[in-house]
Amino acid sequence: MSTSTPTRPRGGDDGVEGAGSANGNGSASGNGGGNGGASSGSGSGRGRADASATAAPKRRFRPRTVREAILYVVLVVVSLIIVLPLLWVLITSFKTDGDVITNPYGFIPNPFSTEAYATLSSGQQPIFRWLLNSFLAATLQTILILVTASAAAYALARLEFRGKKLVFGLIIATLLVPPVIFLIPNYLIVQNLGWLDTIWAISIPGAASAFGVFFLRQFFVGLPMEIEEAARIDGAGDLRIFLQIIVPLSRPALATLAVLSFLANWNDFLWPIYVLLSPENLTLQPGLSQLQGAYSTHFSIVMAGAVIASVPVLILFALAQRQIVDSVASSGVKG
Amino acid sequence: MAGPNPAAPAVAVPPARRRSRVGKSGAPRRTGTAYLFLAPFLILFGIFVIAPAIFGLVISVTDWSPYKAEQAFIGLQNYIDLFTPGSITFGDFWQSMGATGIFTLLSVPVMLVVPLLLAVLLNNKIKGGTAFRAIFFAPYVLGVAVIGVVWRYVLDTQSGILNYLLGLVGLPSDLPWTVDVPWAWVSLVGVTVWWTLGFNAVILLAGLKGISADLYEAASLDGAGAIRKFFSVTLPGLRPVMLFVTTTTILASANMFGQSFILTKGGPGNATRTVIMYISDQGLAQSNMGAASAMSYILFAVLAIISVINFRLQRERAE
Repeated sequence: MSTSTPTRPRGGDDGVEGAGSANGNGSASGNGGGNGGASSGSGSGRGRADASATAAPKRRFRPRTVREAILYVVLVVVSLIIVLPLLWVLITSFKTDGDVITNPYGFIPNPFSTEAYATLSSGQQPIFRWLLNSFLAATLQTILILVTASAAAYALARLEFRGKKLVFGLIIATLLVPPVIFLIPNYLIVQNLGWLDTIWAISIPGAASAFGVFFLRQFFVGLPMEIEEAARIDGAGDLRIFLQIIVPLSRPALATLAVLSFLANWNDFLWPIYVLLSPENLTLQPGLSQLQGAYSTHFSIVMAGAVIASVPVLILFALAQRQIVDSVASSGVKG
Repeated sequence: MAGPNPAAPAVAVPPARRRSRVGKSGAPRRTGTAYLFLAPFLILFGIFVIAPAIFGLVISVTDWSPYKAEQAFIGLQNYIDLFTPGSITFGDFWQSMGATGIFTLLSVPVMLVVPLLLAVLLNNKIKGGTAFRAIFFAPYVLGVAVIGVVWRYVLDTQSGILNYLLGLVGLPSDLPWTVDVPWAWVSLVGVTVWWTLGFNAVILLAGLKGISADLYEAASLDGAGAIRKFFSVTLPGLRPVMLFVTTTTILASANMFGQSFILTKGGPGNATRTVIMYISDQGLAQSNMGAASAMSYILFAVLAIISVINFRLQRERAE
């Protein structure tokens, strides 16, 4: 059990609106605040509605623009609070060691230098390996979760069998257990399996996703029975029904689970610190923490490491931003 | 999937019951098929969830150490020690529980209020709403180590830019953000909020969109202003989502580890060493596995009690 995995997808309980439908919500729904403001304005002017027909739009217009201006100011300020520290890191990563010391608060690197990146790619800290390890582990775990959780969820949602209540009850019960309970015993189990310091340690234990089963089961239960029954009459077996009907219909839920699982594994920190030992087997999170220890006074190098660790995920995030955010959004709705 | 399936034979239908092969819902029972579908998951679940949960209990009643060939059963001694003032583990354990408690109490309100306000703002029909939502969420995808490393630099007492900027506007420019309390707490809470605000905001925003526009319309007709509407329409409408967000936020804060590990290293002294930090250090770095397992079960019990109270409170408010 990668220690923080089960609760870390902190969006994670019930909630099954697929990415698709949440998406629709976002663009289509009329909104509370804006509407409310406008209609209360017209409400007060209702008495002399027609007489002031020409004045009404103006009266409504001004508070709206002021409101909107304030709104934008707040949103921009918060965005700056988010973006500026990251920008500062990017700037620092292009400074030389000397520049960081002599001119620590300069906004423009002088001279502009890729020295820090050069040191990193030639140094003893294999940061690109960590990046690769992180991607491989998160991908492997995500695939394992999708396959095992969807099959289990199918049985729990669509089949009648002995012991169903017991199995489902056990899965639900473990959702409430804090991950630290599994930390020490799982360390010993992984050690006995000979998996310490391998990718298996950081991808397989955490793939036992009770959350994933629960999440998909809720979605499968909501799918209409009719198509399945028709297929059954045509002689389709459970495997075919699962693969050709349930899975295609559940794409949004599967995508959501994939995103949450990937992020949880990617962000995992405590477990890899202890089960990964050799420098070349680390993932990004423990690796970066180690980089900080090794170059604690060389800020530009550590910041270059942070940039290398961030850019690929930020690109991925920019590409799939809507899906990722909608996935997380939908995980809390429908309690 | 094709491998041996340990679960299936154990639950083969006994002959006497074979007549009624129909479940409660009227659908025929397909126990064998069901366990074939369940098998891959149950194997993982058995080995890495059920087994360790039991194994952990066993470890907690021993003086388990990886350096010994045989482990001795010592009964509830580990638990008794944790409740006995003056024992080796008592002081440190409860100090770390206290640190976790402080962090949770300080961080949870901020981690609920700030994202809620942002969600309300984003719920207005504005241009660029999706872009703002994405910016707010972005830090979360970076992971705790990147966040820790970045902020350690920004918050550095001597060369951090935050102190420099504070100095420019005439405020103290030598605040010990990561090396002294209470500043370390401010930093830990602030960084955690910065890291996760988008996460809670998008969940709350989805909840806001689920509140019917008719309710706002009706409130407007009744003459309710924006603030009145927030308290009598928005908050009640958000209740189920809020319960979910509150619960996950409390649990996440109670399990805080990475921020302290990187930003403050648990310091000054052990002031910001959280209980997860202490348990993992005792169990995995100091090889004091028996005591550490006992601690994790005590933490579990405390969290269970808090969760129950939280559920009760929020349900009462709903009634």
